[in-house]
Amino acid sequence: MTSSLLFNVTTIAYMASMVVFFAFLGSKNKTVGLAGSLLAYAGFAIQTVGIALRWKESYALGYGHAPLSNLYESVTFFSWTIILIYIFIELKYKYRIVGAFVVPFALFGMAWAQLGMQSGIEPLVPALQSNWLLYHVITCFLGYAAFAVACGISIMYLFKANSEERGGSNPAGGLMGMFPPIRVLDDLNYRAIMIGFPLLTLGIITGAAWANYAWGTYWSWDPKETWSLIVWFVYAAFLHARFTRGWVGKRAAWLSIIGFAATIFCYLGVNLFLSGLHSYGSSKM
Amino acid sequence: MATTDRSFVQSLWDFFCSLKLTISLLISLALTSIIGTIIPQGKLAPEYVATISPIKFQIYSKLGFFDMYHSMWFITLLYVFSLNLVCCSVKRLPHVFKFISEPTLVLGESLRKGFSLKQDLSFSTSLDKGREALAAFLGKEFGTPVVTEQNGEYHLFAQKSAWCRLGVYVVHLSILVIFVGAIIGSLFGYKGFAAIVEGSNVSSIQARNGAEIPLGFDLRCEQFTVSYYDSGAPKEFKSILTVLENGKPVKDYTNVRVVVNEPLTYKGFTFYQSSFGQASESSDHTLSAKSRSGDLSQRFTLREGQAITLKDGTSLKLLETAQDISQFMPGFSGPAARVEVTPKGKAAQTFIVLKNYPEVNAQRDDDLLFQYEGSNAKMYTGLQVAKDPGVWVVWLGCTLMVVGLFIAFFMSHKRVWIVVSKGHARMYGNASKNQAAFQMQFEELSDKFKNLKI
Repeated sequence: MTSSLLFNVTTIAYMASMVVFFAFLGSKNKTVGLAGSLLAYAGFAIQTVGIALRWKESYALGYGHAPLSNLYESVTFFSWTIILIYIFIELKYKYRIVGAFVVPFALFGMAWAQLGMQSGIEPLVPALQSNWLLYHVITCFLGYAAFAVACGISIMYLFKANSEERGGSNPAGGLMGMFPPIRVLDDLNYRAIMIGFPLLTLGIITGAAWANYAWGTYWSWDPKETWSLIVWFVYAAFLHARFTRGWVGKRAAWLSIIGFAATIFCYLGVNLFLSGLHSYGSSKM
Repeated sequence: MATTDRSFVQSLWDFFCSLKLTISLLISLALTSIIGTIIPQGKLAPEYVATISPIKFQIYSKLGFFDMYHSMWFITLLYVFSLNLVCCSVKRLPHVFKFISEPTLVLGESLRKGFSLKQDLSFSTSLDKGREALAAFLGKEFGTPVVTEQNGEYHLFAQKSAWCRLGVYVVHLSILVIFVGAIIGSLFGYKGFAAIVEGSNVSSIQARNGAEIPLGFDLRCEQFTVSYYDSGAPKEFKSILTVLENGKPVKDYTNVRVVVNEPLTYKGFTFYQSSFGQASESSDHTLSAKSRSGDLSQRFTLREGQAITLKDGTSLKLLETAQDISQFMPGFSGPAARVEVTPKGKAAQTFIVLKNYPEVNAQRDDDLLFQYEGSNAKMYTGLQVAKDPGVWVVWLGCTLMVVGLFIAFFMSHKRVWIVVSKGHARMYGNASKNQAAFQMQFEELSDKFKNLKI
């Protein structure tokens, strides 16, 4: 048994979970909804074992590092954190249907990693040989994952709010029949960001602490740093928007979606389009 | 006149206190920050300057886009942001302090209507006894109450974690503390660079602004090495450094290993492994030849262009060398040499021999195996040097921010009132955050409350 086999099974489980969640939207059958959740849990459990196994495999190869060192590993870990935050929100607030809009993010990550990326375990370049790697990556990705969940909830919010505006005569009918009320969606969005924002803050701080330790500068306006700050600004605006007339409701939902778009750019776009200290594959010190 | 002045000051104050300004500033900061991630910052590469038109270059320079995070307008944005933060806090803090120190002890009729969490209780003893029993109950189960009498009713009030309403102001303060730390660093700290050739000393470093900063001691680079993984990826960049005081090595600072992520700190200066390079043109190159049968094993030193005849009559000419082959042979790294080998009575062949990959050199079918051992070229190590007295202030700010966020998001100010009248009591509850969690706590409290035997 290898970690990549387990990751393949995970991908299939998330795929099945998503399909079943979509069926749940249409059928409104509670058992179908439960099945969707259970599939996501199963995928999560298998992925957890997969990540642990990959960690062990890197020791067997003589490299011995946490599986967080390249794009393949980080996308896989990102998917894992998204499902983790989803499970947390689902168990705490009991809105299973959110899975229909969150599991696709995790599935997309897994499918992309499995189909389109080099999955080899590589040794750590000198810049990453530090315990800070673990703290920094874990806090950042948990934050990103909470933002992914918030984005899924915001999309639900916009669907629901638009359909209510258009007529809303039949609030129990249609695909949106299973959606929580918009008031609840707004609240869930806020709660997800309340989890993500402190984690992102910790992620930025651990990154700054690491940079200061390794390079002697806690902040150098490197594109990655700057983009993480941009994401921080957007969610700070979101948090203040809730207390400001004219900014609640749809605008807040859009801010949450824009925030996640900025998050994804910070995570992937910076590496693909801009240059800096975080070019995962490069051999820069 | 006086009234217009006053209204002007008032509207200015209102402007800086407004949350709309906060949101606009946060979005402006987010949007403008993008510029510096797209346009190169700091020292511009001539290749980049050549790609943009002179007019564009002029405009960008005028707008400070090439160093935008230190430009006047960006710093101004940050100042306005700080001012907004201070004004908002100054405006709201007195209310919050008042809210904490002078809580609503008495629940009037109109206030009572606003509560979703409440619980009734009827009791048969006297009003005084009932009040005492309920005060004891609240004190035991939630918090010691303040008892106020009004219109023949007793209002029992208790609260928990009232101070957590200050969490958000701790976050605001933390941002200012971080700014102060950054300003201290920019005024009293510096960043510099030192390049030390193997075997030599430096006594000063080059600051970013070009000034020489004396260290007050000497730093010697004993050796610099790069090691590689089997795959050819770099594994470690390592400098061996020695600190010298008055020319003598300092105990505990002799032959210190400095690698990326493990800097050396001495007398407030911290040296970070940052770059490396070749300091001198290499003149002498060492190669080795070994026959598969083991008959021949020879090491020899040549200059580029020189040739040698080996014991078995094979002649070898060293054509050229490179200290890093990766740009010529992707996937490989480290030093390499190109040689022309002419076995006795055969045609000459030209090929590359590597230093780090003996197994690749061995893939040739010939009897003789060649290996490049390296040159006598000296390396230099590039060390980033930093001194930042503001960094601890920044860490203090970061800690405050994390603590403040935790308080603001995950702790809530919980309040419980019991209004006692003759034969009847009603309990009310309210929380500033996380109403759902408080509801569970309140329901537990209600269960005990309604089963009280008074």
